[in-house]
Amino acid sequence: MAAKKVNRVEMAADRMSSGEAMKKVLRVIGGYRILLVFSIVLAAISVILQLYVPILFGRAIDGIVAKGRVDFSLVSGYLRQILLWVLIAAAATWVMNLINNRLTYQIIRDIRVRAIRQLQVLPLSYLDAHSAGDIVSRIIADTDQLSDGLLLGFSQLFSGVLTILATLVFMFSINWWISLIVVLLTPVSFGVARFIAQHSYKMFHHQTETRGEQTALIEEMIGGQKLVQAFGYQQRASRRFSKLNKQLQYYSQNAIFYSSITNPSTRFVNAVIYAIVALAGSFAILSGSLTVGGLSVLLNYSNQYMKPFNDISSVITELQNALACAARIFALIEEKPEPAAVTVPAFKNESQMQQTLPAMPAASGAVELSHIDFSYVPEQKLIQDFNLKAKPGMRVALVGPTGCGKTTTINLLMRFYDPQAGKITVDGRSIYEVTRHSLRANYGMVLQDTWIKTGTVRENVAFGKPTASDDEIIAACKEARSWSFIKRLPQGLDTVLTNDSLSQGQRQLLCITRVMLALPPMLILDEATSSIDTRTELLVQAAFDKLMQGRTSFVVAHRLSTIRQADLILVMKDGKIIERGTHAELMAQGGFYTNLYNSQFAHLA
Amino acid sequence: MKLLKTYLHGYEKESILAPLFKLLEAFFDLLVPLVIAQIIDVGLKNRNRSQIWGQIAILLVLAVLGLAASISAQYFAAKASVGFATKLRQAAFDHIKDLSYSALDATSQSTLITRLTSDINRVQDGLNMALRLLLRSPFVVFGSMVMAFTINVKSALIFVVAIPVLSLVVFGIMLVSIPLFKKVQFKLDRITQATTENLTGVRVIRAFRKESDEVKDFDQRNQELTNLNLFVGRLSAAMNPLTYALINLATIVLIYQGALQVNFGTMQQGQVVALYNYMAQMIIELIKLASLIITINQAIACGQRVQRVLAIPSQAQTISHGKQTQLADSSVEFDQVSFTYEHAGAPSLSDVSLTARPGQTIGIIGGTGSGKSTLINLIPRFYDVSQGTVKVGGYSVKDYAPGALVKAIGVVPQKAQLFAGSIRDNLQLGNPAATDDELWSALSTAQAKDVVEAKPGQLDFKIEQGGRNLSGGQKQRLTIARALVTHPQILLLDDSASALDFATDAHLRQAIHNLNGQLTTFIVSQRAASIMQADQILVLSDGQVAGLGSHEELLANCPVYQEIFYSQFPEKRKPVQA
Repeated sequence: MAAKKVNRVEMAADRMSSGEAMKKVLRVIGGYRILLVFSIVLAAISVILQLYVPILFGRAIDGIVAKGRVDFSLVSGYLRQILLWVLIAAAATWVMNLINNRLTYQIIRDIRVRAIRQLQVLPLSYLDAHSAGDIVSRIIADTDQLSDGLLLGFSQLFSGVLTILATLVFMFSINWWISLIVVLLTPVSFGVARFIAQHSYKMFHHQTETRGEQTALIEEMIGGQKLVQAFGYQQRASRRFSKLNKQLQYYSQNAIFYSSITNPSTRFVNAVIYAIVALAGSFAILSGSLTVGGLSVLLNYSNQYMKPFNDISSVITELQNALACAARIFALIEEKPEPAAVTVPAFKNESQMQQTLPAMPAASGAVELSHIDFSYVPEQKLIQDFNLKAKPGMRVALVGPTGCGKTTTINLLMRFYDPQAGKITVDGRSIYEVTRHSLRANYGMVLQDTWIKTGTVRENVAFGKPTASDDEIIAACKEARSWSFIKRLPQGLDTVLTNDSLSQGQRQLLCITRVMLALPPMLILDEATSSIDTRTELLVQAAFDKLMQGRTSFVVAHRLSTIRQADLILVMKDGKIIERGTHAELMAQGGFYTNLYNSQFAHLA
Repeated sequence: MKLLKTYLHGYEKESILAPLFKLLEAFFDLLVPLVIAQIIDVGLKNRNRSQIWGQIAILLVLAVLGLAASISAQYFAAKASVGFATKLRQAAFDHIKDLSYSALDATSQSTLITRLTSDINRVQDGLNMALRLLLRSPFVVFGSMVMAFTINVKSALIFVVAIPVLSLVVFGIMLVSIPLFKKVQFKLDRITQATTENLTGVRVIRAFRKESDEVKDFDQRNQELTNLNLFVGRLSAAMNPLTYALINLATIVLIYQGALQVNFGTMQQGQVVALYNYMAQMIIELIKLASLIITINQAIACGQRVQRVLAIPSQAQTISHGKQTQLADSSVEFDQVSFTYEHAGAPSLSDVSLTARPGQTIGIIGGTGSGKSTLINLIPRFYDVSQGTVKVGGYSVKDYAPGALVKAIGVVPQKAQLFAGSIRDNLQLGNPAATDDELWSALSTAQAKDVVEAKPGQLDFKIEQGGRNLSGGQKQRLTIARALVTHPQILLLDDSASALDFATDAHLRQAIHNLNGQLTTFIVSQRAASIMQADQILVLSDGQVAGLGSHEELLANCPVYQEIFYSQFPEKRKPVQA
C-alpha cells in the first residue's frame, strides 16, 4: 500500500521553463482572455473602493466633533457617498468572483477534454513508458492545481500588490511621516515570523519522518493482520507502535506549538506598531497636522497593511507550484500523437484531420509478416527478420522463454506498435494502409492481463457490440462457459463489477465472452501464466477451443494442450524464430523445443 | 463522539486552560478600542500629553499580556490535541489488532490505514483549532456587542440587528455548500475513475475500437462536474460581497446614529471611533468562525469514522474461550463441519468430516473457491464453524485458552508475506526466543538454507517492505521456515509451495516428513504431485467433500480427482484410453 506516495515520474518535457509554461497557459486561456481582463479590472475597482471607504468614514467622523458641533450635511453627504461606493465595490467583487469561477472551471474542463482525447491517440510506446498513476495525477490533480494556483493565485497576487500600493498611497496622503514609521517597522514582523519558522522547521521535519515510519508500520501490520494473529505477535506489534507513537507525540506537539507561536508574535509586533501609530497620531493631532478621523483611518490601515504581504508570499509559492503543474500537463497533452491515429470526437469546433486511409473489409484471415525488424529501444534489438505466413483458420502457437518477443508479436499484429522495417499484410493488404479501426475490427483479443471496466456484467460483455440483445449475450456467455458464474452473481447480468470483484479465472472467462460475442475472423490470445486452479482452467481451455474453431489464431501459449493442438508452433528465442513445425515434427528434431518441452513439462510425464 | 471523549482523559486541565487563555487574549483585544476612545475623548480634547502617554503604556501592556495569554493557550491546545490523538491512535491500533478474521474480512485494509493515519491527524488538527478558536470567535463577536452596550445603548442596538443578519448569511451559505462539496468530490472521483480505466484498459479499448465512446463518456462526466462546480461557486461567490455590503450598511447607520448622539451630547467622538472599530473587528471573526466550523465539521466526520472502527466488536468481546492450554496429542478432527462466511449467501464448507491422526499428512485439493483455505483456517480457530465441531489435540477448538492454539499450530498462509526487518526478526515472529541454531535448522527443513546463506549478512539481511528484494519462491520458503521455528505440533501449508519447482517441492515435503513423527501436516495444493503421497487426500468441490482417501483409491473412484489428475498428467491417461 504505497497509496500515500505521490506518483511523480519525470517526463522529458517536464523541465520546460516557467516562462514557456506561462505562455502555454495563456494560449489555453485563449478564448477566455476577455473574461480575464474583466476579472482584473473588477479586482482593481473592488480593491481601491474597499480601501477608499474607510477614508470616507474617517472624514464623516471628523464631521462629528462634539455636542452641537456636528455637521450633518457633511456627515450625511459622506455617508451617501459611502453607500454608493460600497454597493459598487460589492457588485464588482461579486461579478469578479463569478468570472473567476467560470474561468477556473471551464479551463479545467477544457484541459481535461483535451487530455482524454490525447490519451486515445498517444502511441502505446508512450503510455507503456509512463505509469498510469502519474498520468492520472497530471490530468486530475495537476489540472486542479493549475487552475486554482494559477488563476486564483494570479488574481490574489494582483489584488495583493494593488492593496499594498493603494494603502501606501492613501496612508501617505493622510500623514507621510506616520506612514513612514509603519513602513519601516513592518519588516520586524516578518523577521519574527521567519525566525520562528526556522526553528519549527526542524520539528516539522522530524514529525514528517516519524509519521512516515509509523505509516509504514501501520501499513505493514494492518496488511499482515492475520499473520500477526497467527503468530501471536499482537503484543510486540503494539509495543513497536507505541514507541513510534510516543516519539511522534513529542515531535508533533513541539512542531504544532512552535509554529503556532507565529501568529501571536506577529500580532504582538502589530500591536506595538498600533500603539506607536496611536502615539504619533495623537501628537500630530495636537500639532494640528492630523484629524481624529484621519487617525482612525491610519490605525485601521496599520492593522490591515500586513495581511497582503503574508498572502503574497504564500501566493508566490503557489504560483511556482502551479507553473510546475502546467509544465507537467502540457508535457502530456502536447506529446506527438501516433501517425494515422484514430478519429476521436471533435473538441469544440477545432478542425479535425480527416482519416484518408481506406477501411479494411472483413478478412478471411490470411496473415503474412515479412522481414519484420522491431525494437522498443534502438540500442536493444529485439525482433529481427521475422517471417510468418498464416493461412486462414490456422492456429499458430508462439512458444519460448520470457522476453523472447511473443507478446511483441501481438503488439505488431494489432498495430499497438509498428515495426522499424518490414511489413504485415492481412489478405494481401498492408495493414499500414488501412485505418487502425478497420484492422482491429478483424481481431478478437484476450490478454492474460484481464481488464474489466467498472460497470455491469452486461456492459462488459457487450463491450465490443453494444447493440447485442440479452439473448445474444447469454448465448455467448454459455458458449464461453461464463454463464454458470454470471447467473449466480447477485444481480446476474446487471451486477456492477469492479476490477477486483471477480476471481482471476472468472475475469478471464468474461474477457473470452467479450470476444465470443463479437466473433471477429481472427484471434489473438495470450494465455495466463499465473496459476488459476485446474478446474477453472479446464473451463477456460474449453472456451478458448470453442473460440478458435475456424479462425486464424495467434496464441502466446503456456499450456501443453494448446501447444499440441496448434497447426504451427513457432519457437522464439531472442526475437527470432528458431524452430517451426507441429509438436510431433519439433519433438522429432530434438532441438531447442525438445529441451524446452522437457524442462517445462517433463515432470508431468 | 462520546466514545472518543474518553481519550481526552488526562488532558482535561489543558483542554480547559487553552480556551480560557484564548478568551483572556480576546478580552485584551476588546479593550483596545476603548483605550483609543480615551485618548481621543480625554487626552486629545484636553491636550493632556501625560494622559496620552499613559494610555499608550496601557496599549503596550495589553499587547504583552495578549502575547503571554495566547502563547499559553497555544501550548495547552497543542499538548491536549496531540496527546489526545496519540492515545486515540494507540487505542485504534490495538483494537484493530484484536479484530477477528471475519471482522477483518469485512473492512478493507486501506480503510483501516486511512483511519489510523490521515483521519486521526485531521481529528488532531480539528481539536487543536477548536480549543483555540471555537470559543474565541463567538466571544469577540458578542464581546464587541457587549462593549458597544457599555458605550451607548442605542448604538449597540445596531449590533443586535447586524449580528444575526450577518450570521444568517455566513452560516446559511456555508450550510448549503457543505453537502454540495461532497457531491463535487463524488463527481471528481468519477472522472478520476474514467481516466484510470482509459489507461489501464488502453489495449482493450483500442482493440474493441471504443475510443470515441470512452471520450464521450468522459466528456459527460466532465461536463457534469463543471456544471456542479459552477453552481456551488455561484453560492460562495456571493458570500464576500454580501457580508461586505451588510457590514458597511450597518456602519453607515452606526455613524449616523453616532452623529445624532454626539450632537445631543450623549456620546463623544472617540466613542464613535471605538464603535466603528468594534464593527470592523466583528465581521473578521464571523468569517473566521465560519471557516473554522467547516474544518471542525470535517474533523468530526473523521472522528466518527475512527469511532466506527473502534465500535467493531473485538475478538475478546465476541468469542468465548475455554481454559485448555495444552494439546493432548497432535490429532485434528472435523465432525460434520459446515461454515458460511458472514454475509455470504451460500456455505463455503458443508458437512465435512475428517480425522487426522497424530503424525499423518493430509492433502487437500480442489478448485478455486472450493473451500480449501477455509478448511485450514478453521483449525487454529481463525473462524468459528457454523455447524459441527473442529477438534484439535482431542479437545474442541472452543475449549482452548486464547493464544493456546496459535502456539501449537504453525501456519504458512497462501500469500507469502514478510515484514520489513532482518531475516532473523521475521523468523522469530512466532518465537522471539529462538536461537540462531533453531533458525538454521528450520531454514534447512524449509529448503531455504542456501537462500539465506547467499544473502549478505545472512540472518541479518534486511528484507524490504513487502519482501520486495526477494523472489516469490524465496519468500515462500522463508514463510515455511518461520512457521517451523515455533516447533508446531500441527503444520498448515496453504498452497505455500506454488512458486517452487517440482524438485524443491519434493525435497521440502520429504524434509518435513522426516521432522518428527508426531507432526501432523495439512498440505493444500493445486498440484496433484504435491499431495499424491499424503496419507489421506481430501477432494473438495464447491465446499462439499468430493472424495477422501489415498491417491490410488481416489484415482479409482473419484471423478473430480481424476479430472484434476489427468489434466496435469495427461501421459498417465494414455494406457486407460488405449
